[in-house]
Amino acid sequence: MIDSMTIASSGIDYAMIWAGLIAFAVLAYIILDGFDLGIGILFPFIKSKTDQETAMNSVAPIWDGNETWLVLGGGGLFAVFPLAYAVIMPALYMPIIVMLLGLIFRGVAFEFHWRTKNSQDWWDRGFFLGSLVATLCQGIALGALVQGITVADRAYAGGWWDWLTPFSITTGIALAVGYVLLGATWLNMKTTGELQKQSVQFAKIAAWLTLLFIGIISLWMVFIEQQYLHRWFDAPNLYYLIIVPLAVLFCGFQLLNGLRKGRENSPFFYAIGLFVLSYIGILISFYPNLVPPSITIWQAAAPDDSLKFLLVGAVALLPIIIGYTAYAYWVFRGKVKADEAYH
Amino acid sequence: MELLDAVLLARIQFAFTIAFHIIFPGLSIGLAAYLAVLEGLWLKTGKSVYLAAFKYWLKIFSIIFGMGVVSGVVMSYQIGTNWSVFSDKTGPVLGPLMGYEVLSAFFLEAGFLGVMLFGMNKVGKGLHFFATVMVSIGTLMSAFWILSVNSWMQTPTGYAINEVGQFIVADWFEVIFNPSFPYRLAHMTTAAFLSTAFLVGGVGAWHLFKARKKGERNEVARLMFSMAMWMAALVAPLQLLIGDLHGLNTLEHQPAKVAAMEGNYHTQKGAPLYLFGLPNSETETVDYAIKIPKAASFILTHDPDGELVGLDQFPKDEWPNVPIVFWSFRLMLAIGMGMIAIGFWSLYLRARKKLYDSPMLLRVAIVFAPSGIIATLAGWFVTEVGRQPYTVYGLLKTADSASPLDAPAVATSLLAFMLVYFIVFGAGVWYTMRLMGKRPSQVIEVDDDSQTTVFLSNRVASKSDGTADGKKGRVTND
Ligand code: HDD
Ligand code: HEM
Ligand code: HEM
Repeated sequence: MIDSMTIASSGIDYAMIWAGLIAFAVLAYIILDGFDLGIGILFPFIKSKTDQETAMNSVAPIWDGNETWLVLGGGGLFAVFPLAYAVIMPALYMPIIVMLLGLIFRGVAFEFHWRTKNSQDWWDRGFFLGSLVATLCQGIALGALVQGITVADRAYAGGWWDWLTPFSITTGIALAVGYVLLGATWLNMKTTGELQKQSVQFAKIAAWLTLLFIGIISLWMVFIEQQYLHRWFDAPNLYYLIIVPLAVLFCGFQLLNGLRKGRENSPFFYAIGLFVLSYIGILISFYPNLVPPSITIWQAAAPDDSLKFLLVGAVALLPIIIGYTAYAYWVFRGKVKADEAYH
Repeated sequence: MELLDAVLLARIQFAFTIAFHIIFPGLSIGLAAYLAVLEGLWLKTGKSVYLAAFKYWLKIFSIIFGMGVVSGVVMSYQIGTNWSVFSDKTGPVLGPLMGYEVLSAFFLEAGFLGVMLFGMNKVGKGLHFFATVMVSIGTLMSAFWILSVNSWMQTPTGYAINEVGQFIVADWFEVIFNPSFPYRLAHMTTAAFLSTAFLVGGVGAWHLFKARKKGERNEVARLMFSMAMWMAALVAPLQLLIGDLHGLNTLEHQPAKVAAMEGNYHTQKGAPLYLFGLPNSETETVDYAIKIPKAASFILTHDPDGELVGLDQFPKDEWPNVPIVFWSFRLMLAIGMGMIAIGFWSLYLRARKKLYDSPMLLRVAIVFAPSGIIATLAGWFVTEVGRQPYTVYGLLKTADSASPLDAPAVATSLLAFMLVYFIVFGAGVWYTMRLMGKRPSQVIEVDDDSQTTVFLSNRVASKSDGTADGKKGRVTND
């Protein structure tokens, strides 16, 4: 249901532009924080303590920047789609609160690990569990959103456990597997020696599981909502959209191939490719809803004035942000060495 | 179960989480600026004391900043989880301001933080300094936007209301620069600088005290103490001035809050200033009062017989909690006065070249180490409790802002937050204190020109990288 009024009056569909920008912020978050959360999940499985610390140090200078995309996603939603923010947050109350608590533990671990000998193990456990729990909650939240949120009178009208379903649990596990894939391929790229070898092992397992879960969830989704089914399988959509699963297969093949051949960089980027494609798949299913099944992008949008005001800043600042973020990654390019810790 | 309804629980949860949060940003803002100053002085003069102080506080900063980030991420989601009606209604006005905060402040801080903390060996000195300055600017921009948001909630202007009941913007300039914003920005930024100065000064004093006992001279501790005392002498009186103007602004826009601050139940001419007393909203009196006649009228109207509006001008169900506001205000004022006194005392000793030699001043400075943080919390309690029962002053009631949540859901999350915050931030504060207990490496400048430095501290001297020489520029962190 496209609100023709909005478009007619201003000529530019600001709500749609913002939907694109928020989608971009969330994707950036998933990829960037995805690999550092993945490293947190892998942490206890890394054999030697030095290697664990190397893995941690490979993301210590950048995790804060990565997590800022989450703040942009949430803050941006509040700014430009306040209705969606006001509905989604209470609906996903529990997974979101638990995710925040998880993020606290894994965030402070980067510092606390170096600040104590006696309770270092505890903060390391916190690093692992915090990462795992935050990831599961993000996946569950996504699954719950896909399933749809009950709304009445501009407010959440469902129950407190609506978010907990077999489907959302599956998406939770799937995301954890996917983040592990990102984390392992990142370590493969950033480290050497024993740690790198181990990472390739992790990555191989995670790659197969990720592909498996992409398959399961894609099929499951079309049974959840009529809309998703029609979107993908009605002609002529089918002919265009078939390209998405084909591209997934291509990335999956290249990823496994690269890992087998001992490539250092390409597996990470093919893993990202899998995430981008799955994400595009979800966007295609959702459109034009922001909160399935009933709130569209245009219904949730703040008045054009607010959208325009923030858009000016976003257009001016996002390129700069991307520029200095890239610079920060550039400063810390290359392999991390064990003794490079700053502490 | 009147006592434990969902709204009250959500308020407690918000107050709890934000009170923890503000401690860390308050210090992050001040420490980032302090670090930028130290690094700048080091680059300019090449003196290694500055570098030693820089490295000392950098570690502490990284812990505090980390805790600021994780507690801040909680805040940005909590507005939606616990105050969804508020979010829907104020989103079009406040959302973009917070959006600007993310874009102009959070990314800037986070983007350059890595270089600042870990990049000393990777980038040149100039670029490293640039990163430090960017982080500092980021913290100040963050304060700008979030205080604009908070101030708009206190003194809303430049808005209209649309057909679904949302606040929408009529004039962005009026929204951002709403009437209380300049005062709040000045007062809070100054509060952040003072909180940091007294923390740094307290730590400096502690190590001076210990060095004194051993008959040593610790240049780094002297530097910290001296810089902090300059802040106390110059900035604490400034804070009194800003606070006074802030109060006059509040009198204009939120007279009920000021009445609560003064314990003024009845509109009267020549209202007294209570130094002590127990405000009693039942009987509408201040019991056991010790007061200065006419002083409140004099401060607020600049006329001893000026008329002050009392709480009797407002419906009783719209009164804020008077004792909390009254006492928090007095606590803040007392600390502010104490800071000013310390500042003057230090000037007096400095003039007689005895700044580092008064055990009394050192002791008092140690006691005052956390005073800025306490005053900041007290100040926020005045501001936030004093504007009740509204979230958007005069327009949106707190009770009408909350999410449609069941009390058990909020109670559970509140308990979880308390548990996690006390464990995690408790540990963080402990580690920070342990770092502050470590002696800053002692440096004696033998000859400024030739850059010869002698290290007394064994810990540093025995390390190969201990020659933290300004000229080399390569610094290895220990
Ligand atoms: C006067 C200053 C001030 C005040 C009143 C607040 N904050 Fe804050 N906040 C900061 C000053 C700050 C800061 C200095 O900029 C921090 C501290 C550490 C950091 O990374 O930035 C920060 C961190 C920080 C972060 C993490 C940013 C990141 O990922 O790097 C978020 C999401 C928030 N805050 C959000 C909030 C919200 C929603 C608040 C109120 C409801 C709030 N802050 C009050
Ligand atoms: C950072 C320091 C702050 C502290 C210590 C603080 C403290 C408090 C306290 C004690 C309350 C509860 C008041 C009561 O229920 O009587 C409260 C409520 C609230 N504050 Fe603040 N506040 C701070 C900053 C802010 C900022 C920057 C915002 C703007 C986003 C804000 C928005 C709110 C909201 C929405 C509530 C809940 C509704 C209410 O009870 O008023 N606060 N805060
Ligand atoms: C010494 C004299 C001081 C005076 C006269 C003063 C005055 C005030 C007033 C009137 C308010 C309430 C404003 C409102 O809600 O409308 C306030 C709030 C506040 N004060 Fe102070 N203050 C003083 C010292 C301090 C000190 C030393 C600190 C911290 C180091 C501090 C930190 C704060 C903070 C953080 C707030 C809440 C934010 C705000 O509303 O600005 N104040 N102060």
